Amino acid sequence: SMADCGSEEVAVIGNTDITDEESQDNKNNMMAEGSCLLRKMEISVAEAEKRTGKNAVNMQETYTVYLIETRPADSVTEGHNPVPDSLWRRYSEFELLRNYLLVTYPFIVIPPLPEKRAEFVWHKLSADNMDPDFVERRRIGLENFLLRVASHPVLSSDKIFFLFLTEENGWKEAVFETGFLAKSDSRLKALNATFRVKNPDKRFSELKHYSDELQSVTSQLLRVRARVADRLYGVYKVHGNYGRVFSEWSAIEKEMGDGLQSAGHHMDAYAASVDDILEEEEHYADQLKEYLFYAEAVKAVCRKHELLQYELETASQDLASKKQQQEELAAGTVRTFSFKGMTSKLFGQETPEQREAKLKVLEEQIKEGEVTVTEKTLECEEFVKNAWKDIERFKEQKDHDLREALMSYAVMQISMCKKGIQVWTNAKECFSKM
Amino acid sequence: MSAGNANSLTSSGQQSIEEVSHPLSAEESVLSSPDTANAAISLAEKDLSLLNGTPVDTSSPASSSSLVNRLQLDDDLNGETHDLFVSVDDPKKHVSTMETYITYRVTTKTTRTEFDLPEYSLRRRYQDFDWLRNKLEESQPTHLVPPLPEKFVMKGVVDRFSEEFVETRRKALDKFLKRVADHPVLSFNENFNVFLTAKDLNSYKKQGLALLTKMSESVKNVTGGYKLRSRPLEFAAMLDYLDVFTQKLGTIDRIAQRIIKEQSEYLMELRDYGPLYSSWAAFEGELQKPLKSVSECVTSCATALEELTDDMSEDFLPVLREYVLYIESMKNVLKKRDQVQAEYEAKLEAIVVRKEEKIGAAWQV
Repeated sequence: SMADCGSEEVAVIGNTDITDEESQDNKNNMMAEGSCLLRKMEISVAEAEKRTGKNAVNMQETYTVYLIETRPADSVTEGHNPVPDSLWRRYSEFELLRNYLLVTYPFIVIPPLPEKRAEFVWHKLSADNMDPDFVERRRIGLENFLLRVASHPVLSSDKIFFLFLTEENGWKEAVFETGFLAKSDSRLKALNATFRVKNPDKRFSELKHYSDELQSVTSQLLRVRARVADRLYGVYKVHGNYGRVFSEWSAIEKEMGDGLQSAGHHMDAYAASVDDILEEEEHYADQLKEYLFYAEAVKAVCRKHELLQYELETASQDLASKKQQQEELAAGTVRTFSFKGMTSKLFGQETPEQREAKLKVLEEQIKEGEVTVTEKTLECEEFVKNAWKDIERFKEQKDHDLREALMSYAVMQISMCKKGIQVWTNAKECFSKM
Repeated sequence: MSAGNANSLTSSGQQSIEEVSHPLSAEESVLSSPDTANAAISLAEKDLSLLNGTPVDTSSPASSSSLVNRLQLDDDLNGETHDLFVSVDDPKKHVSTMETYITYRVTTKTTRTEFDLPEYSLRRRYQDFDWLRNKLEESQPTHLVPPLPEKFVMKGVVDRFSEEFVETRRKALDKFLKRVADHPVLSFNENFNVFLTAKDLNSYKKQGLALLTKMSESVKNVTGGYKLRSRPLEFAAMLDYLDVFTQKLGTIDRIAQRIIKEQSEYLMELRDYGPLYSSWAAFEGELQKPLKSVSECVTSCATALEELTDDMSEDFLPVLREYVLYIESMKNVLKKRDQVQAEYEAKLEAIVVRKEEKIGAAWQV
């Protein structure tokens, strides 16, 4: 189940016989501040379809599109089942949406998309992106993504997100118009900040460390689980051979024949049961995967903090050194090394007029610097405050979701064992009647 | 009119396959050698009830008398009185300049008059058991002699001196000896007596050796160039059944081995899987307890799986293998029967030929 929206506000949704104006009003209401989209709107990724078309370099390509359906939340009533609005989106558009959210809300842990390519596969599972099982699991993952965004207290009110769900044409242009690309930090800049930041907030450092560990353990877990699934599959399937040989053997037996045949059928059933079992387990793997990718989103927030903190530190440092220069210039001593200082030593002192001009420039720079530092400090504090709020929300969500995932995993295992006991009990009965 | 038809071996007549009783059925047997069927049935039943054949499970070499006492307490299902108890235990390694081998302690307790003493305890090696079995087969060719565990083991694949292997073998030898001891005919065999009592078995072995080779050669000579006319229906049916049965048992053995292998590999992965949840629990807060319990759970499952796999190896596979060996024995008995039939038919032919010669000669006079 998705996390709570927080707000109790519900917009008034009319019936389907509404004018365009009213429809637009409704849409505006849905966008009202502080409200949670999911409370007002049913969202689902209903279907997937294959399409072929020409790509950016004018080559034929096959890709999958997903049908997004939306409907006002309380529109389904007694005898009233309105057709939902719908549009088709492909995976790359989801990626674009997510990148926009990442840049626009750097203090939020942005929900992850399902994996682009199938990883952690065990042999029976296909790594082919076109494989129907992969497409199906991806459909579910994309729906999950939309629901997570729609239930987020901050993200759900985003206009671009709303348009993604409702406007098929012109959406891409709208995204680019926001100019988010220009706002995005270069990887180099971010990496540089990570290395050189001196005083990041301790909580963020710890959080980053936690995310690293979470990533490491979940990816190991996923890898080993895939191997376990593989082996379990092998054990179950080999038992199917018993079915055939018991059948062949029963042909030459008189009294034992029936018992052997029946037992053989149970062995066949046993071998066949593993397919459903492992399909269910894939769902558990997907839940783990979501948090593997969530860990990366958390790290992104930490990196942003380091960047802002670094920029603040740099600005403060610049200000401090400018002030120092001012001091020295005013006092006439050169304590800090500068090329200018050296040349003036070598080629003679500067004139009082020159010194006056320099001081003037420095004063300006210091004034600007102080404004920058104040701005950056504020930016940093705002970021820390907002980010930490979302991180607390995320922690609660994570604990809740993973506990649920572990519980349903346990339930799965119990069911598998019970089925196994049933099969062997049946087989034992057959053997004892032989 | 051919000689074959007139004087062919007695058989149950022209019965259809369905009417012929099953080779191993408990019904009244119509076979010409009743002992074969009875021996098979009685031995099979005895095996199921583990009468007197409760394999000695202890690895500690308890004193032979206490072991034998334990055997005496077992209830007797068939109402026969048991006056001969045997057991095989206490395997020990012997290292000599020529070879290294294992010996087992063979203990006998009996009230039979054929035995000079009431108790015996001496050491025998596999070779000795093998010799005994061959002697039993030769001296009572119409009886089904219980099988021995496999003679040859592939070096490098199986460790002949590993505890596991020695114990499996000891159990099988114990079973073998007990079955012979319980057998109404075989247990009175002279060679069996010697096996249980003779201090120096090797010198006794050498005595009988020359006779052995002579006998087997003569049998071969007779059947050399003669083919069976036809096999009586019930023996043909038996042979067919045994062929298929042994094949199926072999397949089941292979499947079981494959399952054991797959389970072992599954087990290995589980042993990697469980601890990961523990290491995750180490850096979590609220989730620590649930993660830790998942880890413990996976570990218990792994242990249970290991037990299951071991039990399969120790309890299931040996029984399959035993029956494959049993079937080999049965096939040998049927082969001998074929040989005897061939001999008989050859002799009949010879008689007819000589008669005709005699008549021919009389005409010429």
